[in-house]
Amino acid sequence: MLAVLPGCNGPLSTLDPSGPAGASIATLWWLMLVGAGILFALVMVLFAMVIRRPGWGSNVSPGRWIVLGGLVLPAVVLLPLVAYALIAGERLLPLPGLAPPRIEAVGRQWVWTFRYPDHDGVETRNVLHLPAGTPVDILVTSQDVIHAFWIPRFAGKIDAVPGHVNRLRIQADQPGRYAGQCNEFCGLGHAGMRFDVIVHRPEEFSDALARAAASGESERK
Amino acid sequence: MSEPVEPLPQGPPALRLHRELAAIWATGPGLQRLAAVNHSVIGMRMMITSFTFFAIAGVLGMLTRVQLATPNAAFMDPETYNQVFTMHGSMMLFLFAIPMVESFAVYLTPKILGTRDFAFPRLTAYGYWCYLFGGTILTVSLIAGVAPNSGWFMYTPLSSNVYTPGINADVWLLGVTFVEISALSLAVEIVVSILKVRAPGMSLDRMPIFGWYILVTALMMVVAFPPLILGSILLEIERAFGLPFFDPTRGGDPLLWQHLFWLFGHPDVYIIFLPMAGALSTIIPVFAGRPLVGYRAIVVAIVALAFLSFGIWVHHMFTVGIPHLALAFFSAGSAIVAAPTAVQIFAWLATLAHGKPRWSVPMLYVFGFFFIFVMGGLTGVMLAMVPFDWQAHDTYFVVAHMHYVVAGALAFPMLAAFYYWLPLLTGRTAVHRLSVPAFWLVFVGFNLTFFMMHLTGLLGMPRRIYTYQGNEGWNWLNLLSSVGGFVMTIGFALVVIDLFVQLRYGRRVRRNPWGAATLEWAMSIPPAPYAFASIPHLTRSDAIAPDDLALSLARGEGYLGFTRNGWQETLGVNMTTGEPEQLIVLPQPTYLPLFTALATAAAVLTLLFKFYLLALVVALVTAGMFVVSANRAGLARDFGPMPVGQGVNLPPHTEVAEAPAWLALICTLVADGTLFTSLLFGTFYLWIAAPNWPAAITPEPSRMLALVAVATLVVAAAAARGSLRAVATGSRARGWIGLAVLALLAAIAAAVGQIVGVAPHPREHALGATAAALLGYVALHAGIGLLFLVSNFLRIGAGFIASRRVLDLRLTRLWLDYTLVTGVIAMGLVLALPALVTMLAARP
Repeated sequence: MLAVLPGCNGPLSTLDPSGPAGASIATLWWLMLVGAGILFALVMVLFAMVIRRPGWGSNVSPGRWIVLGGLVLPAVVLLPLVAYALIAGERLLPLPGLAPPRIEAVGRQWVWTFRYPDHDGVETRNVLHLPAGTPVDILVTSQDVIHAFWIPRFAGKIDAVPGHVNRLRIQADQPGRYAGQCNEFCGLGHAGMRFDVIVHRPEEFSDALARAAASGESERK
Repeated sequence: MSEPVEPLPQGPPALRLHRELAAIWATGPGLQRLAAVNHSVIGMRMMITSFTFFAIAGVLGMLTRVQLATPNAAFMDPETYNQVFTMHGSMMLFLFAIPMVESFAVYLTPKILGTRDFAFPRLTAYGYWCYLFGGTILTVSLIAGVAPNSGWFMYTPLSSNVYTPGINADVWLLGVTFVEISALSLAVEIVVSILKVRAPGMSLDRMPIFGWYILVTALMMVVAFPPLILGSILLEIERAFGLPFFDPTRGGDPLLWQHLFWLFGHPDVYIIFLPMAGALSTIIPVFAGRPLVGYRAIVVAIVALAFLSFGIWVHHMFTVGIPHLALAFFSAGSAIVAAPTAVQIFAWLATLAHGKPRWSVPMLYVFGFFFIFVMGGLTGVMLAMVPFDWQAHDTYFVVAHMHYVVAGALAFPMLAAFYYWLPLLTGRTAVHRLSVPAFWLVFVGFNLTFFMMHLTGLLGMPRRIYTYQGNEGWNWLNLLSSVGGFVMTIGFALVVIDLFVQLRYGRRVRRNPWGAATLEWAMSIPPAPYAFASIPHLTRSDAIAPDDLALSLARGEGYLGFTRNGWQETLGVNMTTGEPEQLIVLPQPTYLPLFTALATAAAVLTLLFKFYLLALVVALVTAGMFVVSANRAGLARDFGPMPVGQGVNLPPHTEVAEAPAWLALICTLVADGTLFTSLLFGTFYLWIAAPNWPAAITPEPSRMLALVAVATLVVAAAAARGSLRAVATGSRARGWIGLAVLALLAAIAAAVGQIVGVAPHPREHALGATAAALLGYVALHAGIGLLFLVSNFLRIGAGFIASRRVLDLRLTRLWLDYTLVTGVIAMGLVLALPALVTMLAARP
């Protein structure tokens, strides 16, 4: 895996993944970056050559220019890319078969409430507790306007749409503190609609959650 | 800007012809300027207006960059910021980008197609005024501090009256719809004009490539705007009257708004890009010194692009929770779009490769375009990949991508076109000492601003946040972006200075300074109001040589090289072959477009301030003014074929079957039909996908009323045929028209009666709301049918309709047929709703 480049890390960085979904997407990004760099250089070099060296490229017939550049090149690049992305996307889905623990995330202007149905329906506000190393399904919805649930270092985002429940499967690799945020414009408090994510060792998760709920540690600090 | 800078053409015949034509075509001085209908005048005004809005929106963009330059900035509070970024986006797209490309089309298209004006000059003027007034309403709201603040995409429920109770969202919904209706009317005009009003002999397959681009763009507008117009109307109805189309608690669905919005929003990107690509396809061959390579491939590519662009709107919605396999379809579609775009890029490269490229200021901007557009296209392919979009969606990565493809791919070709065509407008050429540094400032500033944002987004910065904490690693990136923004602004300021310097001190140029081979250079510069003193005939073999052609046309050696009855004349041609088939007599300058637009603006304002009864009155007045406008159109007697020069005799447009108005109504009905289809889509979408269905009450629509409505619409359509036959055979048609009026009144009564009885009540559940909307659509169309009939009645009396001039009656027949067909579908669906709802209840 590509090492994290300087300037690529940060509490909300998608380039500093700490979960399998985030890592898979970061890999896709680095691949596409390399490919895009090559294609960009190709077109720029062609442009420079046809301008600076008049007559260069005139031995390739106009039809061939168009077929090679307009049809062959996109086909060669896009078919594998689309296939790769489709497979990568399928692997990230909350497919039935596995039934991991569920957590409900409810957005409302401008607070996140998390409920843990597998733990007596305990609730926390603006702090999401997760067990490390195991997949969890987040059931995301909204009580008012559209929000989006996003923990950039773990996985992609999913919208919180009133009247709908969306399911996002995430997994955190390492215990620690992480950050999440609302990613759909939701009014005056949109910029501040962030939440903390605390990932616990699996064996400590139940206790930690109970402690957090009991101590009322639910507001963001 | 308008005094001629070169001696007028050669010799007494040319000079005399110029004087005669100018006297007929010129817009009057002083206040009479408000009566202008000429495409050159309106096109220029539209261009200046759109650049004014560009400046305002640019300043708003700069304000956001000031706010975001540092973390925790206190420059703006969140409410101000929300208004500023919403208006930046809304103004750039609706008040700058779309009108700007339309202004290019309005100013240039008739000239490039070798004709004197568009088919409906008064509609051009009306479209311009609506744009100006709508834009002004939006701008004033900004000054008053009540500007829209829910984002340019207006996602509901945030934009609903629960979460945005003020006037802000109404300003957007009404103001933008007003501007869109203007854009739509111009689109219809452009389609009809390109198809019907060209130089004789210019068959479609020989039309300059610019014409193809503009034609495809205008057709896309005809189909793309209606879904958003429908969405805006439904959302405004929800806000104003409480019909819950998008409210999930009452059977609506906020995702329906997103579908309708992006059904417009995605094609809109190509609507902005294609005319600019058209400019590039015109400019690049001139500087390559050879004709464009792959004309047919490009035409196929842009038509393919147009179709594809309507099939990929969902790629803006990859994170709303649509199943992945469905997303994969839209993902692949979005990737395929790269192919027709690449065809164009490589056709341009091949044109340069096979020519002898010259370097000049426009080419500098062409280089800027290649650099920026290729990069934007590549990030676009990245975003089309679903998993990557899950991370990048709604982050600054998308802001970067979107500015590369929409701002860069618009601004650089626009400036290339600007430097290329400015000599046509002013007769002078730019001052290199300013143009070149201006380009580099814009180019470097643009890339500095937006390239950084790719990384800002990948580091997790969401769009539309008014501030950030400072510990995210975004500080240096945002600061650089802000600095870049200011560099770019200085560059644009230098371009403006360059423009004024050119107007004042630019070197005077001869006709056709670039050595182009298109017809807009075959006229005196700056162009006379009639554009061509006589209209050229294009033969199959020869390439256009503007320099020689210009002299012969100025001497009146083409078609219509004379004046007659003080008429503004041009030629109408067969759509495909370009054979001349009619003499089109265009209307003189008139204040009617201005007054009608003022009345329309009054209707919008009364709706905005919730004076609904007054709004109804003003809307009726506006409708009346359309009838009055129609009343003065055409010729009040038969003329038969008249000489048009070159030994050809043609009948006037009032006496032919394929008059421009016929095609215009077909285009309008295509737009209207798209709106109706969107309404059907919405109805089915809510039925299938919305939460809180089925409703508590099962509807029981009245079969009797539905039957009455359909039967009366049949009678109206039959009566329209009766009046047509009566006039054609020389007998009286008033009885038939009266019958049609009565039938339509009965149809309206039946539809309204059905609305009153709708259950569940339209305010209680989306089921009732959609039924009411469908029925309202029928009533509205029957009502507009009444306007047609009133106009027919008046124009028969005034002698404009007679046995050889029955176009009006054919238009009425077409409208009533359309009303009947949509009426049957709407009534059928309303009757079917109970069964559909039962199916829903049976669903597990």
